[in-house]
Amino acid sequence: MAVTGQDVLKVAKLASLAVDEGKLDALARELNSILGHMEELGKVNTERILPAEGLSSGGQRLRADHGPADALAHAPADFAPEMRDGFFIVPRLATHEGSSERTP
Amino acid sequence: MSAAASPDYEMVVGLEVHVQLKTRTKAFCGCSADFGAPPNTNVCPVCLALPGALPVLNQHAVELALRAALALDCKVNATSVFARKNYFYPDLPKGYQISQYDRPLAEKGWLTIGELDDGTPVRVGITRVHMEEDAGKSVHDRYAGATAIDLNRAGVPLIEIVSEPDMRSAAEAGAYLRLLKQILSYSGVSDVSMEEGSLRVDANVSARIRGATQLGTKTEVKNMNSFSAVERALDSEFARQVALLESGGTVTQQTMLWDGAKGETRASRTKEESHDYRYFPEPDLPPLVLDMEWVGRVGRAIPELPDARRKRMIGEYELSAADAELLTASAGMSEYFEAVARASLDPKAALNWVMGEVSAAVNAAGVRIDEFPVRPADLGELLRMVREDVVSHTAAKRVFARMVETGKPAAQVAAEEGLQKVGDDAALVEWIDEVLRENPAEAARYKSGETKLQGVLVGLVMKKSKGRADPRKVNQLLSERARV
Amino acid sequence: MKPPPRAPASAAKLLSRPLTECVACVREGAALPSDLVSAAFDRADDIGAGSESLNVFLATDRERATEHAKGLTALIGRAEAPGNLAGVPVAVKDNIATLDMPTTCGSRILEGYVSPFEATVVRRLRANGAVIIGKTNMDEFAMGSSTENSAYGPTRNPVDIRRVPGGSSGGSAAAVAAGIVRLALGSETGGSVRQPASFCGIVGVKPTYGRVSRYGLVAFGSSLDQVGVLARTVEDAALGLEVIAGCDQFDSTSADVPVPRYELEKNAGLKGLVIGKPREYFPERLDPRIAQECERALDAYRELGAEVREVSLPHTAYSIPVYYIVAPAEASSNLARFDGVRYGLRVPSERGLAGMYEATRARGFGPEVTRRILLGTYVLSAGYYDAYYKKAQSVRALIAQDFRDVFASGVDVLFTPTTPTPAFELGAVKDPYEMYVSDIFTASANLAGVPAMSIPIGDARGLPVGGQIIAPHFAEPVMFRAAFGLERALAGELLPGEKSA
Ligand SMILES: [Mg+2]
Ligand SMILES: [Zn+2]
Repeated sequence: MAVTGQDVLKVAKLASLAVDEGKLDALARELNSILGHMEELGKVNTERILPAEGLSSGGQRLRADHGPADALAHAPADFAPEMRDGFFIVPRLATHEGSSERTP
Repeated sequence: MSAAASPDYEMVVGLEVHVQLKTRTKAFCGCSADFGAPPNTNVCPVCLALPGALPVLNQHAVELALRAALALDCKVNATSVFARKNYFYPDLPKGYQISQYDRPLAEKGWLTIGELDDGTPVRVGITRVHMEEDAGKSVHDRYAGATAIDLNRAGVPLIEIVSEPDMRSAAEAGAYLRLLKQILSYSGVSDVSMEEGSLRVDANVSARIRGATQLGTKTEVKNMNSFSAVERALDSEFARQVALLESGGTVTQQTMLWDGAKGETRASRTKEESHDYRYFPEPDLPPLVLDMEWVGRVGRAIPELPDARRKRMIGEYELSAADAELLTASAGMSEYFEAVARASLDPKAALNWVMGEVSAAVNAAGVRIDEFPVRPADLGELLRMVREDVVSHTAAKRVFARMVETGKPAAQVAAEEGLQKVGDDAALVEWIDEVLRENPAEAARYKSGETKLQGVLVGLVMKKSKGRADPRKVNQLLSERARV
Repeated sequence: MKPPPRAPASAAKLLSRPLTECVACVREGAALPSDLVSAAFDRADDIGAGSESLNVFLATDRERATEHAKGLTALIGRAEAPGNLAGVPVAVKDNIATLDMPTTCGSRILEGYVSPFEATVVRRLRANGAVIIGKTNMDEFAMGSSTENSAYGPTRNPVDIRRVPGGSSGGSAAAVAAGIVRLALGSETGGSVRQPASFCGIVGVKPTYGRVSRYGLVAFGSSLDQVGVLARTVEDAALGLEVIAGCDQFDSTSADVPVPRYELEKNAGLKGLVIGKPREYFPERLDPRIAQECERALDAYRELGAEVREVSLPHTAYSIPVYYIVAPAEASSNLARFDGVRYGLRVPSERGLAGMYEATRARGFGPEVTRRILLGTYVLSAGYYDAYYKKAQSVRALIAQDFRDVFASGVDVLFTPTTPTPAFELGAVKDPYEMYVSDIFTASANLAGVPAMSIPIGDARGLPVGGQIIAPHFAEPVMFRAAFGLERALAGELLPGEKSA
């Protein structure tokens, strides 16, 4: 299962990480080297083993349907890169590039 | 190609319905789940996905999800598992949605949507009911070149109800949705309003030659904002697929968006190949292990469902099947009717009023029945006043109109507006005399024995009294005046 | 108004005494919290904790800490319960959310980010009278074993400044080892408290998974992460853990199990205790000086009346591969929230939103974090999930079963070396996988969720060597008991009735 530069590119896209074209092969080599050590696991027979799903086995503790939520000591405007009228602002999504600004 | 040469295609539909659960707080934090607050004010470390925040599941959300599952005759899994569905989108703050994946809350239910001519029930299978959280809201048309993000609804609890591809027409899909909506509303699971976004429908549709057993390639149709839009979108997409197949083409598996204005579906611009959600069990939430005794209690506490209510009401209030069908279309309306019927001790009158005046006023005001200002007990009181002759039927309608405006009890409105029946002879005689004075010609003809004018004159008196006069007494007194 | 008795000269000395003494002095008014805080800051200055030498802290706030200490004095004056850590200066790893200093996780992507909420463990420290004096340096997002992966430069080992302090809680370990604080919080995903404790010659405890709330701990590998404590002595560590442990309504994975008083184990004695010596943790290629120190510790255990029994945990060899699949997989998802939308770094791009995401994350994350996100994304992606993630989780179940089996066989605790080598020099380990192997003896406890701790057991060429004690789930008391006994024996301080070595 050797990882190629193209695989790295695909994974980087999934992870929303810009990767230098020139570094793809080096990264692929690194991942291959690490994943090579993982092949060890193939030696273990896990046919009848239920994978561990977290370690708290007793089931989930539930919360009553009331607040308050944990408070914010300062408002989002204090840490957000860009806010307007209480909204977080991001560059317009490519799929909505055509939308025009609503005229009041 | 002539229609005769064209093979006969059959529509195959499965629906995925997202329903917002009626909780006070969000699925995984204590923030209010209400709509309408200023942007990003119902938020906390958890639903903003601040570094270090963790989810804690809302018990009431589980209870409502179970109600839905049980009302749809699903098998509840004693252990279900939350998973992360990973993708980047600016209104998805964690970069993943907490949802259930390979071990959902419940599976294998069904919904009976009607029966064939021979009485065989038509059932739509429910594949699964699972819990998940909503994303926030992206506003694309507010600022030039920018998308505005409001996370107030991020983390609001949802269930997703996935049906089997068991529907064969747009009408069947419509029937399924209307019934589903009724059941979810009756069981108190959700407000189920497509307009407010508390119910959303995605449709998987494919076409195949009638009689074929294999499913054709499906498309997923999104962006419908009403049940009738779903039906129109299905017909349109089916027609598109059939045309494609008949011209020798193949259907591409893709997401289609319904354009209501143009009345057609078009391919969405989102890239399908980029969807690799990398689901894995949510490590922040241990498996949801249900106490099956609790599940049993939740099931037993489900309020009466529409079918049962129709049958009971036909027996209890001697309603026709058609009236029962109409009344139970909404849980709120049928509950309202029953409360009025009990308060007034007059189911017939209650039926007439609820189907007539109340429905009209609710529609005119554009409110839900549970927000309607006239409470059933007050309407019951009004109907009792009619029966006991305290107000006339005509006056009752005016009293009701004032009650809608003011929300005050019937007796108070009738007193304040002076709309109680006037049976006092002196007052009635005064109105009668006035009418006779104002209409001398008719008065003369009446007095000379033209008794068919009695009705006209009584009507005029009623009008003058603004409906308050007791018409029985007016008739009696008018006859006496004529004999004078 | 009568000024309380001042003892500024003794405050520095007090910081070299056990926490119980510090707290007792504060409660009795013999020392002021602000004196202890001053002593900590003075010590930091004297020893060169700054970025030009040890580089222990990413943030300190002397003014706020002093203010807080003065508030505590007022509480003590009003005879209100000042808590079990009254006036104690504490350093907190920079991936634990605090209100009054930034929480950067050693990353550019969170540079300057001040959390609007505080971690449960920090709230508990404060409620018990502790004073947070600074946020400590760490490998970026806790990914590393040397603190060289910090975006703000490496921390150096106070024992030998050419060497790494271990990681990822290297700053916290250095703060304790340098004598700046007696107690620090770290966090563990695969050994990030125990390994630096071992490299710096101090005590480091990783509690049972679920013992301590993770609310406010910035997630790395959620199913593995735990907040842990670093301290100079077993007793200090016991006091610290007791304060931060317990069920939390904000963490679904925190356990509703009562918190025992760990320090009561101090005088329990070890007679009859069965200590397992797992053979997989003593491979032939183990550094002989580490092996030798471990044998000395095991001899001490025998002297104390404990039985040492050779045991086997057959799946130990797989813990590193399993760990380096599970932890990066979870991390790839946990770190998706750093997208430049709501907080932290945003790098604009001409390619709209997708470009903004990619540029922000590429510039914000360092090379090791990038590597692990890519690795984690890969092992979860379509077509590879079963071969890697699912396989790893299955082997993980076997590793956990190994521990259950060995403890069910009558073994009370396990004793192993904490690390395969003593502290290495900065820049000495270049291959990522070679660095990963630093966790070879520690990661399995995280995978199994069992508690483990490292205590200093000797030295190799002047470099500290740590011994690891591993106990069953929620059996921290017996783990502390074994640690108290060994600490005492190695210091030559025996309980009445205990044989001398
Ligand atoms: Mg869904
Ligand atoms: Zn919230």
